[in-house]
Amino acid sequence: MTEERPDPDALLRATAQEGRGRLKVFLGAAPGVGKTYEMLSDGQARLKTGVDVVVGIVETHGRVETEALTRGYEIMPRREIAYEGRTLTEMDLDAILDRRPGLVLVDELAHTNAPGSRHPKRYQDVEELLAAGIDVYSTINIQHIESLNDVVASFTRVRVRETVPDRVLEQAEIEVVDIPPDELIERLKDGKVYIPDEATRALSHFFSKSNLSALRELALRRAAQAVDAQMLDYVRGHALAGTWAGSERVLVAVSELAGADLLVRSAKRLADALHAPWTAVFIETPRSKTFEEPQQRRIASVLNLASQLGGMVATLPSASVLEGLKSYAREARATQLIVGKSARSRWFELRHGSVVDRLVRETPDVAVHVLPLQQQEERRPRSRWLRWPDIALDVGYLVTLLVVAGVTVVGFMLSHILALGNVALLYLLPVMVGSTMYGLRHGLFAGLASSIAYNFFFLPPVGSLTVSNPENVVTLVVLLGVAIATSHLASRARVQADVAGMSARQNAAIAGFARQVASVRTTEELAQAICAEIARLFEVRATFLMPSSHGLKLVAAYPPEDRLATIEMGAAQWSFDRGQPAGQGSDTLTASDWLFHPLRTATRTLGVIGVAREDGAHPVRPDQLQLLMSLIDQAAIALERGALEEEMRNLSRLRERDNLREALLSSVSHDLRTPLTAIIASIDDLRARANRDVQGVVENIGAEAGRLNRFVSNLLDMARVEAGALRLRLEAVDLTDAVAGAVHDVRRILEGHAIELDVSPGLPLVRVDPQLFHHCLLNLLDNAGRYADPGTPITVSARRTPGELVLSIMDEGAGIPVGREREIFETFRRIEGSDRSKGGTGLGLAIVKGFAEAMGLAVDADNRVDPRGARFNIHFPERLLVRDLAEELL
Amino acid sequence: MSNEPLILIVDDEISIRRLLRAALERASFRVRDAQSGAEALAIAAAEDPRVVLLDLGLPDRDGLELIPVLRKQCRAAILIVSARDATEEKVSALDLGATDYVTKPFDTEELLARVRAAIRHRLEDDGGQTLVRIGTMTIDLLGHSVTRDGREIHLTPKEFAALAELARFPGRVVTHQHLLSTVWPNDYERHIEYLRVLIRNVRQKIEDDPSRPASLVNELGVGYRLKAMVG
Repeated sequence: MTEERPDPDALLRATAQEGRGRLKVFLGAAPGVGKTYEMLSDGQARLKTGVDVVVGIVETHGRVETEALTRGYEIMPRREIAYEGRTLTEMDLDAILDRRPGLVLVDELAHTNAPGSRHPKRYQDVEELLAAGIDVYSTINIQHIESLNDVVASFTRVRVRETVPDRVLEQAEIEVVDIPPDELIERLKDGKVYIPDEATRALSHFFSKSNLSALRELALRRAAQAVDAQMLDYVRGHALAGTWAGSERVLVAVSELAGADLLVRSAKRLADALHAPWTAVFIETPRSKTFEEPQQRRIASVLNLASQLGGMVATLPSASVLEGLKSYAREARATQLIVGKSARSRWFELRHGSVVDRLVRETPDVAVHVLPLQQQEERRPRSRWLRWPDIALDVGYLVTLLVVAGVTVVGFMLSHILALGNVALLYLLPVMVGSTMYGLRHGLFAGLASSIAYNFFFLPPVGSLTVSNPENVVTLVVLLGVAIATSHLASRARVQADVAGMSARQNAAIAGFARQVASVRTTEELAQAICAEIARLFEVRATFLMPSSHGLKLVAAYPPEDRLATIEMGAAQWSFDRGQPAGQGSDTLTASDWLFHPLRTATRTLGVIGVAREDGAHPVRPDQLQLLMSLIDQAAIALERGALEEEMRNLSRLRERDNLREALLSSVSHDLRTPLTAIIASIDDLRARANRDVQGVVENIGAEAGRLNRFVSNLLDMARVEAGALRLRLEAVDLTDAVAGAVHDVRRILEGHAIELDVSPGLPLVRVDPQLFHHCLLNLLDNAGRYADPGTPITVSARRTPGELVLSIMDEGAGIPVGREREIFETFRRIEGSDRSKGGTGLGLAIVKGFAEAMGLAVDADNRVDPRGARFNIHFPERLLVRDLAEELL
Repeated sequence: MSNEPLILIVDDEISIRRLLRAALERASFRVRDAQSGAEALAIAAAEDPRVVLLDLGLPDRDGLELIPVLRKQCRAAILIVSARDATEEKVSALDLGATDYVTKPFDTEELLARVRAAIRHRLEDDGGQTLVRIGTMTIDLLGHSVTRDGREIHLTPKEFAALAELARFPGRVVTHQHLLSTVWPNDYERHIEYLRVLIRNVRQKIEDDPSRPASLVNELGVGYRLKAMVG
């Protein structure tokens, strides 16, 4: 039996989908098929079912039917952007996010936003809307889909620059808006299709019947594929038994040559067809280090394209492309390998052997697809050795020549003791020097120069160049042979050393970085160290921002910098909020000079690192990006560790403070209570012995001592509440017990008032801290006793209402002045100008509130009319009621 | 004269010692007092007091530590008299072997009632009482029956178990944990809510006014106490 485990990735995707808005895309084969119309009428249907639908942006191009359909919608106003003297309007993303509709209609998914917008592309706006949980309807034409872009271009000869990555569509529901080609052509003739003026001529070829048929087929196929992919996700996520090719892996080798983007798109299509994961790999050889800016940029953009198309991206240093590809294909267990075949000169292939041929031979498990690369390779400087000025300037040739001259002089001096053949051996020296120090060309040059010198100075007839002597030819051949062999060996050694050096440098950078950041203690020092290291390693300006109470704050910069411009701060904030890079060289807010990378750990984003170059150029070279990412990871770990240490220190400080406070409270409580105990016990003694004359006085002292005791308790309680030092011990409490206990404790104070209890024994138990709750009741009863008219009853009643249980303490008296019901719970608040100012510190009710809220209870007060008086209520929410006890246990 | 029970007061405050001594002597107990833990242990060993009134905040050592030592050294009932009012401390004092707990400031009458209950407990330990009278109620521990005003009260086995356990220590606090393990000896998950409901049911049968329990009273956060009905 095969195990049918849900694929975790698919489940993750599904989980990530939850809480996100859903995207529906109306896909058309060509302009004019009626996508916008379809979207608007679909939206109308949703509107009728009560969904909150708004129009984010829709272009009706003045068509009446379409315009009619926008009626009934709330249309979001557009944002105006001033650009080069003109005013452009764009969809107002922030307004929609603030408005939070259920569904928003956004026309033209592939649209490019005006410069200065938050995102360069509209589909990124849509992604942000989706992330905010808003559903989106949008429209797109087939040729704007990234992976199909070049397919469409191949037969229509129209290449569009506005493309949408496939991943955006992979999560979307796709509805194909389809009309037969003839009808579309008809509509075009009737002028019903909107085409921008400047594109009219280019598009006339586009709308041929054969093109439209092909486009239509492509659209239908793409939609079917999306359904397929979503189905597959579902199957994998739910482990339904199904068959899919699980073991295919596609690898595409990316080179600096033009046309590599075609390879990447082909890889995407192949991978989609196989339902396989795919990776674009760039093999970094010593030669690739010599690439100039345009080539570097091309590699970066091709790798970027791959990741946009949903592929993985890898860069691997290796001595040669062949070796690197072989080892990566083995490690990644690739089954399909796509390489481009460049039209290299036959001479090149003779010398190096065809990489492709050897690849096919040496990777027998992998199906190798060889695609031709376009012939647009720009002229690299031709081989240098044919260009005279280079030779003249190249110090290597000069050195080689000097060595040849030196050897000639030495040979001359030794010629009377050495045989002629041995003098020839001396000439091996310049050949080896040339080829090991400077490479093959210099070696060959040395060989040639040596054989000429040998011929001229030593071989008879001395003083002339002759080729008659066969020995002469042999010497030349041997010297050139040695030059070739030596230079080959030396260059291999040099390549290996370079590659090792490259890795070593990266490792050293990481290790040095780790050492630097490990030695600092505070977050600020750490931030400063991170900036300084990154600035040093990448020769950039570096800043470090961390969150503060009001947004991100610049905590360190190297070289020092005290503030960033608003646009930079915006990019940094975006990067921090999303946990994604922003600024120059990323997808978002590219107008910023800085590139910001978030510092993330598994659980949170700690801050943002920004890098920029003095000259405003691209901050990080593509080959350095990986190193930067490793360093940022390192920094995040160091920072997390620092933050944890700081938290630990704070925690132990807090704990010390808590201990101190506890000690203080308990000693104060002891010191105040001991004399009170003596006084109260003495009064008891006196009461037992006093005669009638002094009985009243004794009672008075007793009552005041009791009150003092309550004040002391209240003060200590309040100190605990204010210090946040309440420790809850929740347990199930019977309200009967709680009320009876509190009434018992205040019986002396409430003398003269009958206490009426209306607490049914059938009520559920409540989950509270018994002691804190006791203090609440004591204070409420004490308060009632103080403000009740003499001789009136005080009532305690509990009643069950839907969703809660309410305990009320009611007195009969003046009640609470209207409008002051809330403030009587504030500390030291006694209602003045009323009857409610009799004694008391005003602490009692504040304690009731503090304790009650600590336990999750709510308290409030109001007046009752018949009989007139105040009513204080404690509300127990449903979750604090104990229910569902098992009867059989009783 | 030497037949009167000896009470040992342990407190570092002279005013408290003086007061307690006056109250206890008026109730015709013999009284000794100590102001430190060391002194208390010396007197307890030499004179075998019936009850020790123990303050927890002593100058030389924590009162809680003293409880097990006193328990080992003499047969006195230990009654804690302390200003510390955290329930945790009450419970741990009881767990360590204290008989009861009174919080300062105390009501003198209540304190004397607790002292008497503690002495009675000692006496019953000696004799082995099987019939407990609480006001007009009689609990027959061996016969498993309860009568009130001569009429038999019907209790379920669990209700009886709880009441009997309280009756074995009349006037003294019995902790929740103690009651739970007596009534539900085999249950792993003993929850206080069951005890609360059980006690509520018992009160319905033995109390005059179950909403103002007079016999079976709650001890905040600690346990229950069975008192003689007042009046």
